[in-house]
Amino acid sequence: MKLRTMVWREIFERKNQLGTSFLAILLGISVIVSIKNITHYSEKAVARELDALGANILILPKSASLQDYYSADLQQEVFPEEYVERLTNSDLQGLDNLSPKLSMPFTIDGKQFTLTGILPKNEFQAKLAWQSAGIFARPEGCGTVVAIPGQDAEPAKETLSRKRVIETIGEAEMLVGADMAVSLRISEGDSVSVGGASFAVTAVLPQTGTVDDSRAFAHLHTVQRLAGKDSVLNAIEVVGCCNAISDGLVQKINKLLPEARVVTISQIVDTQIKTNRMMSRLSMLFLVIIVLVGGASIANYMYANVFERRREIGTLMALGAGSAVVLRLFLLKALLLGCVGGLAGFIIGTVTAVILGPRIAGVPVFPMPILLVWAFGISVAILLIASYFPARRAARLDPVSALQEV
Amino acid sequence: MLRMHSVTKSYNHRGKRVLALDDVTMDIPAGDFVSIVGPSGSGKSTFLLMLGGMLSPAEGKVVVDGQSVYDLSSDKRAALRKKKIGFVFQTFNLIPYLTALENVQIPFLLAGVDGDEQRTNAASLLERLGLGDRLDHKPSELSVGQQQRVALARMLANDPAIVLADEPTGNLDPDTGRAILAFFEEIHREGRTVVMVTHDHTAAARAKRVLRLLDGKIVNGGE
Ligand SMILES: Nc1ncnc2c1ncn2[C@@H]1O[C@H](COP(=O)(O)OP(=O)(O)O)[C@@H](O)[C@H]1O
Ligand SMILES: [Mg+2]
Repeated sequence: MKLRTMVWREIFERKNQLGTSFLAILLGISVIVSIKNITHYSEKAVARELDALGANILILPKSASLQDYYSADLQQEVFPEEYVERLTNSDLQGLDNLSPKLSMPFTIDGKQFTLTGILPKNEFQAKLAWQSAGIFARPEGCGTVVAIPGQDAEPAKETLSRKRVIETIGEAEMLVGADMAVSLRISEGDSVSVGGASFAVTAVLPQTGTVDDSRAFAHLHTVQRLAGKDSVLNAIEVVGCCNAISDGLVQKINKLLPEARVVTISQIVDTQIKTNRMMSRLSMLFLVIIVLVGGASIANYMYANVFERRREIGTLMALGAGSAVVLRLFLLKALLLGCVGGLAGFIIGTVTAVILGPRIAGVPVFPMPILLVWAFGISVAILLIASYFPARRAARLDPVSALQEV
Repeated sequence: MLRMHSVTKSYNHRGKRVLALDDVTMDIPAGDFVSIVGPSGSGKSTFLLMLGGMLSPAEGKVVVDGQSVYDLSSDKRAALRKKKIGFVFQTFNLIPYLTALENVQIPFLLAGVDGDEQRTNAASLLERLGLGDRLDHKPSELSVGQQQRVALARMLANDPAIVLADEPTGNLDPDTGRAILAFFEEIHREGRTVVMVTHDHTAAARAKRVLRLLDGKIVNGGE
């Protein structure tokens, strides 16, 4: 027999009294695990959505109307390209990607399309100041998605369709949207002429389901020339870090570019992030509640347990148990209960999250082993701390007062 | 050897001082078999607990084998009990959620004996007391006499040189009582010092020496 055996026996013998206080801890841990689990996947989902949408901030001319996010840059109004420099030379944090654009309508075979001029990434990188500003170093876990396997195979196309950023594009090259390619029967390697200029089609972009499908992309400076405009833009698309956005990135950009209009994909950024924030706060609140209520309840139970067992404690002391043994007896009980509470709380919380996650947050939720560490840590810590003083009281009991025969 | 020197102990009972032991001085040589008799409330249990290092005196000294017990720290006293003293309580004080075998294993557990040895030792002690077929019974599943024998087996587990028993026959029927007395004579013959509190005069007469307590004083230290 080990001290542990005694502890288990006692727990099972008197499990009814343990009931409510242990349940408080168990439920608390379950709720925390479950909220944390759902929040994690919900945050991931937000990040994925943002990433799929590409830019999450648009800088437009002041007078621009904004009906559809995706066609927001198809405006007549323009602003100077110099805005880009202002942004990159500023000390704004959380600007992940800048994509300056100028669009112009054009017709081929009587069909209307849009030619959008973009600045390829290699031209950004050529400008040293930008690079050192860290524009292209996207911070980990900041509005980014985990790499989706298989999607790296064709980086240029995928990146453009997903983030509207492209590595390289020559002055006479063109990328063609999926719908446009179909309707004009264009394929890679063909050449297309727009407004007298001839372009080589370097890629046909995958279907995106947005207006991008009937666009062609070419080099910004070529499009500026074709449009007869000089160093102007319709829009700058910005991929901003979601946290930076909620920390007022938009307002900061607004301040920097007072003559421009800055908008975000507000419904996604705001509602989803607000929900996630609320969930994190809720889990903090629960943590505080279970630490206080659960802890107090466990402490109360432990004091009662010590009082109830004082004859047993006295007997053990009469048999030669020192205070260390008695202290261990009660702390071991706390430890065992803490482990059981942590494990059970993790299981219940995870099952709840996996079942309820899709309904509450609309995202698929999977078990997160790291939360087991959390659950164990919280549960064991609460039980040990709450039990310490009762256990110490037991250890300091006077053997005889514990044995007082009636 | 057990010695008390000018030991006084009083309790506070609802603000009133109750004198339980009043300037008691006495000696019990090693290997002695002593009965403590006296009316209820005369201080017998107090006396026994104090001898066993469980209750500190207000004044005076208690010496066990040359060591002043209450000058030791409480943990050292616990170690002394573990090494030398076997207690039998009037109410047995078996641990209710443990089986007979496990109750007897406790002293071995405290002594750091490993699991298998704990079980074999405890089982042979219970067999010695005729409980070989009750090893897995909880105290509540045993008769009073059987509970008493489990308590006696547990008391022997640390092979104590000093055995202190508080009314070991008090709750038993006469037949069982006689068997228990025979058991105390037997362990006394093994060379242990036995101090036994009892109400029962025939029981007291079996001891080598009888100490009579009255209002916290020893009124006869004779044979
Ligand atoms: N914990 C206690 N508090 C107050 N009085 C006590 C306590 N224990 C014993 N007494 C009193 O001390 C006296 C001696 O008690 P005890 O040693 O138990 O006597 P006995 O065992 O001979 O019946 C009694 O008067 C009893 O009421
Ligand atoms: Mg008594």
